[in-house]
Amino acid sequence: METTAHIADRWGGGTCPFDAGWKKVMMWSFIVTDGLLFAGFLGGYGYARTMATVWPDQATVFTLPFIAAMTFVLISSSATMASAVWSARHNQRAAAVRYVWLTLAGAVLFLGMQAYEWTHLINEGATLSSNPWGDPLFGAYFFVTTGFHGSHVLIGAIVLLVLGINLARGRTTTENVEMAGLYWHFVDLVWVFIFTCYYLL
Amino acid sequence: MDEPRGFLRRYVFSTDHKVIGIQYILTGLVMGLFGAGLAVLIRLQLGWPEVPKTLLGVWLPNGMPGGIMTPEFYLAVVTMHGTIMVFFFISYVLVSGFGNYLVPLQIGAKDMAFPLLNMLSFWVALLSAVVMLLSFLVEGGAAAAGWTAYPPLSAVASAVPGSALGQSVWLLSMALFIASFTMSGLNIVATVFSLRAPGMSMMRLPLTVWSYFIASILGVLAFPPLTAAAIMLLFDRHLGTSFFLPAGLVIGGTVLPHQGGSPLLWQHLFWFLGHPEVYVLILPALGIAADILPVFTRKPPFGYRWSVYSLIAVGALSMVVWGHHMFVSGMSPFTGEYFSLATLTITVPMAIYGVNMLGSVWGGAVRLTSPMVWSLGVIALFGSGGFGGIYLGNATADMQLHDTYFVVGHFHLMIGGVTMFGMFAGIYYWFPKMFGRLMHEGLGKAHFWATFVPFFMVFFAQHFQGLQGMPRRYYAFSTYEYLREAAAQNGVISMLAIAVVAGQFIFLANFLWSLFRGRVAGEDPWQATTLEWTVPSPPPHGNFVAQPIVRRWPYDYSVDGVSHDYVPQTATASEAAVTS
Repeated sequence: METTAHIADRWGGGTCPFDAGWKKVMMWSFIVTDGLLFAGFLGGYGYARTMATVWPDQATVFTLPFIAAMTFVLISSSATMASAVWSARHNQRAAAVRYVWLTLAGAVLFLGMQAYEWTHLINEGATLSSNPWGDPLFGAYFFVTTGFHGSHVLIGAIVLLVLGINLARGRTTTENVEMAGLYWHFVDLVWVFIFTCYYLL
Repeated sequence: MDEPRGFLRRYVFSTDHKVIGIQYILTGLVMGLFGAGLAVLIRLQLGWPEVPKTLLGVWLPNGMPGGIMTPEFYLAVVTMHGTIMVFFFISYVLVSGFGNYLVPLQIGAKDMAFPLLNMLSFWVALLSAVVMLLSFLVEGGAAAAGWTAYPPLSAVASAVPGSALGQSVWLLSMALFIASFTMSGLNIVATVFSLRAPGMSMMRLPLTVWSYFIASILGVLAFPPLTAAAIMLLFDRHLGTSFFLPAGLVIGGTVLPHQGGSPLLWQHLFWFLGHPEVYVLILPALGIAADILPVFTRKPPFGYRWSVYSLIAVGALSMVVWGHHMFVSGMSPFTGEYFSLATLTITVPMAIYGVNMLGSVWGGAVRLTSPMVWSLGVIALFGSGGFGGIYLGNATADMQLHDTYFVVGHFHLMIGGVTMFGMFAGIYYWFPKMFGRLMHEGLGKAHFWATFVPFFMVFFAQHFQGLQGMPRRYYAFSTYEYLREAAAQNGVISMLAIAVVAGQFIFLANFLWSLFRGRVAGEDPWQATTLEWTVPSPPPHGNFVAQPIVRRWPYDYSVDGVSHDYVPQTATASEAAVTS
C-alpha cells in the first residue's frame, strides 16, 4: 500500500505524478476532450429523443445481428490491440507487429461493414434531411454520429498502419504502442455507447 | 537546448514558449484594437443615431450609407465586437499569451511539454484571427447573430445578410480557434502535471500557475461540446438537417422545410461551453492579480490554500451552471431553481477569493507601482461586477433583467474589466522580464486612471439603463417612448466609452517607448521571489542554465531574521527558514 508520504513525493515536483511521460498525460487529456465531443452528439441525440413524440423502431430499421457482428469485430480488435501492447512491453517485437496487423484488419473490416450498412440505409431512402421511418432527426443524428465515429476509426487505422511499419522496422518505442492502444480502446468504448444509444435503446 | 539560429527560426517560426507567448500577446493586442474600433462604432451609433457620420460613411459605404448605420450592420458590428474581444483579444493576450510565457518559467521548466504542438497552436490561432477579420469583406458582411450565434438567426442563410456567407466564415474561424485553443490547453495541462521542477509541489505553485492550470482544464472540457454543436450547425446551414430548426419556421414569407429540431439545444450546448469559458478568461486575471499583490505589499498573500481551493471549486461549479443564461428561454421551474441555487453557490468560493485578495493588501507595506494599481483595479471591478451576478443568477430577478443593459454592464465589468485590468497588470509586471526594460511608471498610472474612471462609469451606468428596461442589441432607441430617459444617457455614456478607447493610446505610446528607451530592468526589478525572476531578462533559450531546485513556496516576503525582505523560491534552508 502506498503511504501518504509516498504520494506527497510523487506530487512534489521533478517527476510526473502518474508514473507516465507527458505524452501519455496529454493523450489521456485528449481522450477526455474527444470523449466530450461525442458527449455533445449523444447529449443532442438524447435531447431530440426526449422531444420527439414518435421515434422509429430501430429493430425494424437496422439488421441488429449484423450490427452485433460489427460490434464483435471492433471489440475483438481491442483485444488484439491489448495483446500488441503486452508483447511490446515484453520485448516480443514480432508478436507485437502481428497483433498490430490483426488490429488493423479489424479496423478495416469494421469500416467495410459500416460502409455496407450506410449504403443499405441510403438505398432504402435515408438521407440527412429525411428518412422513410419518420422523424427526420433520426437520420441526421445517425449519419452525423456514426460518421464521426467512423472517421475516428479511419484515423485509428492510419495510426495503426504507420505504427505497424515503424514497429516492424524497429523504429518506434513501447510508449508509442501504448499511446496508439489508448486511442484505439477509446474509439471502441465510444462505439459501445453509440451501439447502446442508437441501436438498442 | 540548442538555440536556433537565423531570424525566422528564432522570432517567427519559433518553438520557444516565450517567443510564442509574445506572439500571442502582440496578435491579441492588434485584435484588441479592432475590437475597440468596433466598440467606438457601436457607441457612436447609440449616442447619436440620427447624426450622420459623414467620414465613416465614406469608409464604410455599405454599412453606413451617408454616415447613418443600417440595423443589419449594427448587428454585425456587435457580433464581431463580442467575438473578437472574447476569443481573439482576452483569450490570446491573457490566456494563451501569458499562459505560454509564464507557466514553464514559473514551474522551473525549460519549455512546454510539446513545443512543436505549441508552435502549431499559435499559427492556427493566427489563421483563425485572420479568417475572422476577413469575414467583414464577404458578400453580406460579417456574422450578425451575436457572439452566441443563436439559431435560427445563425442557421438560416436568409435570416439577415450576415447569416449568409459571413456566418459560415465565422464558424470556420471558430473551428480553427477551438482546435488551436485545445492544443494549447492540452499542452498546459500536461506541462503543469509533468514538468514541475524538483521541490515544486502543487501547494508551492504560484496562484498564477494554478489559475492557468484550472482554466486550461476548463477549456479542454468545455470546448468539445461546442465543437459538436458547431458541426451540427454547419450541417443545418449547408446539408439540410434540422438539428436546431423547428417545424413551421417562416422567414421572408416562406415556410422553411425544416422540422423536428430545437434552437434550445444550441443554447444548452453553447452555454455548456460559454459559462466555463468566462471562467477560463477571468481566472488567469484573478491569479495574476493575487500574485502581484504580495510583491507590492511585501507580505505573503492572505489564505493561499483557500484561494487554491476556491479556484478548484469555482472551476468545478462553472461546469454545472450554464442554465442560468437560459432562464427566459423556456425551462422547467425546478430546473431553474437548481441552476439558481448552483449559480449562487459560486458566490461562496468567489467571495473567499475576493476577501483573500483584500486581506492580502491589509496591513501591507504597499508600493503603489503600475502593476499594483492595475491589480487593485481588478479587486474593485471584481467586487462591484460580482454583485450584479447575484441578481442575474437569481431566476426571479433575471426574468426582468435578461437581455437588458444590466447584463451588458455586468459582463463588461467582469469578463471585460477584470480580465482587461488583470491583463494590463500582467503586462506592466512582466514587461521587464519579456523585453529587459521597465515600462514608464507615470504613463502606467495615467493609463490606469484614464481607463478606470470612464470604464467604471460606463458600465455602472448601464446597470441602471438595464433596470429601466433598456434591451440590448437594439440599434437605436429613438422611437421608444418608455426609454426616453434611459436613452438620453447614451450620449454621455458614449463619450465616456470613447474616452476609454482614447486612453489606450497612452498604453500604446508607453509600450513602444519603453521597448527602446525604458529603464534597464535587470534580473529582478520588483524584488519578487518566483522562479522567472532568478534568470536574466529576457530569459535565454531553455530558460534555466541549470535545473532549478525549489525549496519553499512563492511568497516568502518579510521573513524574520533575513536581511532582504524577500527570499527567492530557490533559496536553501540555511539562507532562510523554510515556512511552507
